[in-house]
Amino acid sequence: MGHAYTPGLKVTEEIRVSKERILPLKGEVLVAKGAKVEPDTVVAQTYLPGPVEPVNVANLLGVPPEDVPECMLKKEGESIKAGEVIARSSSFFGMFKSEVKSKTEGKVENVSHITGQVLLRGMPMPVQVKAYLRGEVMEVHPKEGVTVVCIGAFVQGIFGIGGETHGAVKVLSADHNAVLDEKDITPECKELVVVGGSLVTAAALKKAIAVGAAGIVVGGFDDRDLRDFLGYDLGVAITGSEDLGITLVVTEGFGKIAMAEKTFQLLKRHQGELACINGATQIRAGVIRPEVVIPKITVGASAMVKDPEIAGLAIGSPVRVIRQPYFGRLGSVSDLPAPLQVLESESHARVLQVEFDGKDKAIVPRANVEMIEEV
Amino acid sequence: MTEKTLDPNKINVILATDCGSTTTKAILIENRGGEYRLIVRGEAPTTVEAPFEDVTMGVLNAVGEVEELSGRKLLDENERIISPANGNVGTDIYISTSSAGGGLQMMVAGVVRSMTAESAERAALGAGSIVMDVIASNDKRAPHEQIERIRRLRPDMILLSGGVDGGTTTHVVELAELISAADPRPRLGTGYKLPVIFAGNKDAAAAVKDTLSEKTDLSIVDNLRPVLERENLLPAREKIHDLFMEHVMAQAPGYRKLMSWADSPIMPTPGAVGSIIKRVSEIEGIEVVGVDIGGATTDVFSVFQGVFNRTVSANLGMSYSISNVFAEAGLPNVMRWVPFHMDERDLRNRVKNKMIRPTTIPQMMEELIFEQAIAKEALRLAFIQHKSFATVLKGVQQQRTIADAFDQSASGGTLVSMMTLNMLIGSGGVLSHAPRRQQAALMMIDAFLPEGVTRLAVDSIFMMPQLGVLAEVHPKAATEVFNKDCLIHLGTCIAPAGEAKSGKGSVMDYSIEFPDGKVEKGTLEFGTMKLFKLGVDEKTSLPLEAKAVLEPARGFDVGAGKGQKVERNISGGVVGIILDGRGRPFAVPTDDKLRVAKLREWMLELDIYPRQALERA
Repeated sequence: MGHAYTPGLKVTEEIRVSKERILPLKGEVLVAKGAKVEPDTVVAQTYLPGPVEPVNVANLLGVPPEDVPECMLKKEGESIKAGEVIARSSSFFGMFKSEVKSKTEGKVENVSHITGQVLLRGMPMPVQVKAYLRGEVMEVHPKEGVTVVCIGAFVQGIFGIGGETHGAVKVLSADHNAVLDEKDITPECKELVVVGGSLVTAAALKKAIAVGAAGIVVGGFDDRDLRDFLGYDLGVAITGSEDLGITLVVTEGFGKIAMAEKTFQLLKRHQGELACINGATQIRAGVIRPEVVIPKITVGASAMVKDPEIAGLAIGSPVRVIRQPYFGRLGSVSDLPAPLQVLESESHARVLQVEFDGKDKAIVPRANVEMIEEV
Repeated sequence: MTEKTLDPNKINVILATDCGSTTTKAILIENRGGEYRLIVRGEAPTTVEAPFEDVTMGVLNAVGEVEELSGRKLLDENERIISPANGNVGTDIYISTSSAGGGLQMMVAGVVRSMTAESAERAALGAGSIVMDVIASNDKRAPHEQIERIRRLRPDMILLSGGVDGGTTTHVVELAELISAADPRPRLGTGYKLPVIFAGNKDAAAAVKDTLSEKTDLSIVDNLRPVLERENLLPAREKIHDLFMEHVMAQAPGYRKLMSWADSPIMPTPGAVGSIIKRVSEIEGIEVVGVDIGGATTDVFSVFQGVFNRTVSANLGMSYSISNVFAEAGLPNVMRWVPFHMDERDLRNRVKNKMIRPTTIPQMMEELIFEQAIAKEALRLAFIQHKSFATVLKGVQQQRTIADAFDQSASGGTLVSMMTLNMLIGSGGVLSHAPRRQQAALMMIDAFLPEGVTRLAVDSIFMMPQLGVLAEVHPKAATEVFNKDCLIHLGTCIAPAGEAKSGKGSVMDYSIEFPDGKVEKGTLEFGTMKLFKLGVDEKTSLPLEAKAVLEPARGFDVGAGKGQKVERNISGGVVGIILDGRGRPFAVPTDDKLRVAKLREWMLELDIYPRQALERA
């Protein structure tokens, strides 16, 4: 259907979550349809081809490329061990021998009589795919992987770092405004997904890693602290492969911004329950947002729960303002004037009127709000 | 794509879209009284991503806006485009360009980095691609590093070149073996082979085929550098485009449907923009630089000495890549353009928030000023990259020994000359939608630092892509709309090149006679700017002309040599004639008080921002 869509982040008590767990190369699926799985269940595995090392045997032996195949002691497809002689030439009636030894264990992949180059392939590397969710295998994709489904609570973040992890939810902040500081993090946070309010400080993040927390979910994070944490300035929002000892999911944005009350209360209600989280973010083609999934029902997850319908902006739509000067404030649409209006920046834009929770109103460009999807 | 025979004489209503990475734009053009004119434009967010994951939804939304604004019914009850046109219903043709989904991302490989590999890079860029990496036999990486890089990058396709015809085959076959070993996986779609184009030494074609034909979808075309003295990029470019359509576009969400709707092949957006820039240069016989600054990338196009070049700065943009601009330029370089102070911590958070919420716009004036400062840096950095790429062919007639041929720093001076540049065309949201046109003019002047006499223009609503693809099927319509509706002529920048070592003194005496007979005479002092209003003809929309006599001071050059007088016509525009006496090379004063004072002076003279916005601390 073609109608205008304003982006929004999902925060919902109950939704069907479906994840495809697919191998990078064809391999073996280890679970059957209908199987119940936990986040750490290995659902599929395969082997990635080992690293390739090209060896210029022609140069090393001092022979023309077309002579290399004859000099090879190991042919294409044969296994080799590290240190094994794979090629030899002799000259001057066999008195002078030159040899080439393999540095790796693996196989001879290709011998080129044109370039004199030999490609050695190292040992295959095992790769496993885990379930990530607590749920049910809904579909098996032969030799590729599975689709895992569960019904659960779902919180979509705006930015994250780190990959998939899981742990029980522990809300550390008193309310959605509170700052999560170093003193709040204790050794009891080990393997937990801790929840803060408006900000996690750099010191708190460091301590959380030190005590072995699985992840942090918080409203805001300071970019200066992010730079110090990563060790570099993040240029584009493509994350998820950082291996820094923790996963961070930010729900509102950069800076100190109170977590949306609805989000905070939802997480509070699920204190102690398993949360499966992923900090991977990609703000480009194929947008990926970080997430928190709290699986609830895991049996018969194929039925029930209608996914929310995506609607455009309308009077009464709940929205969050996502740019200055009202950044982070929540309200609902009270008017949708059609003509373009002139902003303080002198730009002409389509605007809407927001009535904030405190009943004050403001004119905001339509581009500067995001929908709060309610289910 | 529907195979429709297109007769330009029967085309009176044209619907064209451009699917960008952030927004999809639709324009309606009609033949009214024998003249093709833009009627309306519609826009909607691009829907190539979740939850819709179908680019045609954004297209329908944008077309829906065009319907509302024009009163012409374009979609039937099944949301299909109605064609042909009949009265106030339907369109005669529908065409489109696209850069959504990140566009075309390629790797190129060649034997020598500064020769065949660089020619391959030019072929790829000219076809509208982003070049993710350039692999060369002499690029200083170990073979296993090159293999790992190819494996990790996941390009849409690979262009392999190397060896002049009759020359070496060994190196290029080695490259083919590396590609084969890496066994690269395509970015989009699974279960199909990665397209590889071989455009190198024809004597190596058979060996390359043996090496690659099983693992990849290999195409062989004419050598793109058959002899060192000459590039032959067209066959490779055309193949890239064909494969782009067949493989990349067809795999991206919704594109098969979009291709079936369009009446002619969908062009990659940068390819279409490049095409229209080339046409302008050819038709008017001028040297042109065009820039398209988008959310994720900045494309720079140039035509100097008849040679077209294009570069894509893939990580310099105003939304997705804004943080990268900030990181590459550095805070001091951005803040030198801002006439007040902003807290660094706060600034960094604002930049990141724009990065993660790329479709927002500045509501406050200070945010606009800050964004335009970042834009200047993005443009400046992109242009530096372009200047280093747009060079004379390397390896030609300077080769004395084999060692010279492998020396990457040898020869290849830039073709870009800011003194001979005739026209600078800007495009992209931050330029085309600047609330005051003079803001766009100053962004381009500060970023590109044109010298001598240079006309400035912006693409009014970013319709160059649509006009580029329209020019393929209806050149007349494309040219008419380009001249009358697309380009907003900002005016002319007159910037004498030279420096005043003492920091003061006269740069140039000028005398400008306006169409109404009024004459403005004076002296341009070093470090100052002046603006004279000279608009456009209301009937033709073309700039009015003034007669200027320009007498640069000793040591300054305004086009005819140092201290040499120039007498010529100067074009006006919606901004007018800007005299830039800040010198070339130009540097913003490093002393903070002086910097802020000078910025305010220039911004007030050119009426860049409201006075009260400049008066804050």
